[in-house]
Amino acid sequence: MTSILAQSLTRCYGRMLAVDRVSFEVDGGTVLGFLGPNGAGKSTTMKMLTGYLHPTSGTALINGYDIRTHRRQAHQAMGYLPEGAPLYNDMRVKDFLRFVAAARGLSGTTAKTAIGSVAERLELEEVAEQSIGTLSKGFGRRVGIAQALLHDPPILILDEPTDGLDPIQKTQVRRLIQEMSDTKIVVISTHILEEVELLCDRVMIIAQGQLQLDGTPTEIRSRSRYAGALSLVVDQPQSVASKLSGLPSVSNVEYRAGKLTAFPSGDGDLAGAVQALIQSENWVVREFHLESGRLDDVFARIAGQSESHA
Amino acid sequence: MLNILIVTRREWLAYFHTPIAPLYLIIFLVLSSALAFYLGGFYEREIADLEPFFQFHPWIYLFLVPAIGMRLWSEEYRSGSAELLLTLPLSTWEVVLGKYLAALGLIGLGLALSFPIWITVNVLGDPDNGVIVGAYLGSWLMAGGFLAISAAASAATSNQVVAFIASSSICFVFLMAGMPLVLDPIGQVLPQGIVDVISQASFLIHYSAMARGMLDLKSGVYFVGLILLMLISNWALIEVRKAP
Repeated sequence: MTSILAQSLTRCYGRMLAVDRVSFEVDGGTVLGFLGPNGAGKSTTMKMLTGYLHPTSGTALINGYDIRTHRRQAHQAMGYLPEGAPLYNDMRVKDFLRFVAAARGLSGTTAKTAIGSVAERLELEEVAEQSIGTLSKGFGRRVGIAQALLHDPPILILDEPTDGLDPIQKTQVRRLIQEMSDTKIVVISTHILEEVELLCDRVMIIAQGQLQLDGTPTEIRSRSRYAGALSLVVDQPQSVASKLSGLPSVSNVEYRAGKLTAFPSGDGDLAGAVQALIQSENWVVREFHLESGRLDDVFARIAGQSESHA
Repeated sequence: MLNILIVTRREWLAYFHTPIAPLYLIIFLVLSSALAFYLGGFYEREIADLEPFFQFHPWIYLFLVPAIGMRLWSEEYRSGSAELLLTLPLSTWEVVLGKYLAALGLIGLGLALSFPIWITVNVLGDPDNGVIVGAYLGSWLMAGGFLAISAAASAATSNQVVAFIASSSICFVFLMAGMPLVLDPIGQVLPQGIVDVISQASFLIHYSAMARGMLDLKSGVYFVGLILLMLISNWALIEVRKAP
């Protein structure tokens, strides 16, 4: 059974508390996104899950193996792409993949097949003979992902897998993550919101070392003040705004970047009332959109809160 | 055991994929032979032995071995690849030993490639080849001591220059431990008993006995013990980095 169980993971650097009692449980078939501002504790949490850093207190169970006491079994069950995808620049791509395969206990034809399969999936064949140090950033990242996938682990921990890639490469990596997410647990960290929307079944917003929110993207979006709000693009925003503000079902109206947003007051049906008003006033409406909430709004609020605390 | 060799193999691939190995081998061979011929009076002595060759090894190792050892761990930490390496299903011990053996192997290869001077001395005269074998082993063992010190220093810092300077300095102190240069200042502050112990820790004294073919147990135990102690320190320094 594929699972990660984090129990009160806590880590201090000297006197600084980097990760503060983070607990969660994930099962197979989940893409879990750690979302948070830089320095929030995402990477430190991942380093503890992978056993690279010991927790100050708490622990994590990887497929039931305690990362502190059964490191080798836990490591065997996971693939890890550290932040910035560090590699051995003084090796050729294929030598490096062979080394990782050997260290993971793959040998002979098994290793050959595994290397061939990741090289094909990540389109690395053309650079197999090259020195890693001479690769472009995109290829480097792909080699980093390839080594994590080599033994087809049930758990993948990818620290900012698309960071620094161009849009096409980002799409490729995302597609790869989606392909793998049927049975595996894929944990990614990112500060790109659209990535979370596209990929993740579950999001954890981490700020100031603490787990601030944990839920599906839809659940988290619904906590945004935009959830249930109505966005309009009209020809005379000023006059429309003032009329809209008069409706009892509207609490306030915001005009930003050519778009009017009416926030619900909770009193009556917002969409119905606005529609009726549009018809009676004969406004030319170019866009009419009921918002399900915005992730960036929730994120900015949490990140902003933590910044003002700091 | 297999895991240790997997790590060793990776290090060797890196040595030979970069100028590290060729550079080390060439400099070691040129320097050790040049010193034997010009400073050691290899021909002029008209004695069929390799003492002029072996007597300069400590001084060559003093800067060449820290140069090999400084990258063992510092570079892993600076580039971040330590995170990759230490999250593979390998134990810290396997990695520490694998890396150490790789560098020790390179030094051994350097010694092995100096075989022409051994052949030369056999062509010119009739040396005691048992003594020469003993001296080779002694030289390798001493290099192993230097290397273990350098590996531990390298694990303590992610800056290779710091690792190099620190390990050269520590190696120099060990090398000169029996000499007044080290003993006099220590004698000012520490009791005679400790000074006596330190005077026994001199690489130079243990090595010069071995270079003359006197492979005594005490020197062997001394070097092996020191190597083990330094490898344990190396391991501990890696583990400490993970701890809060």
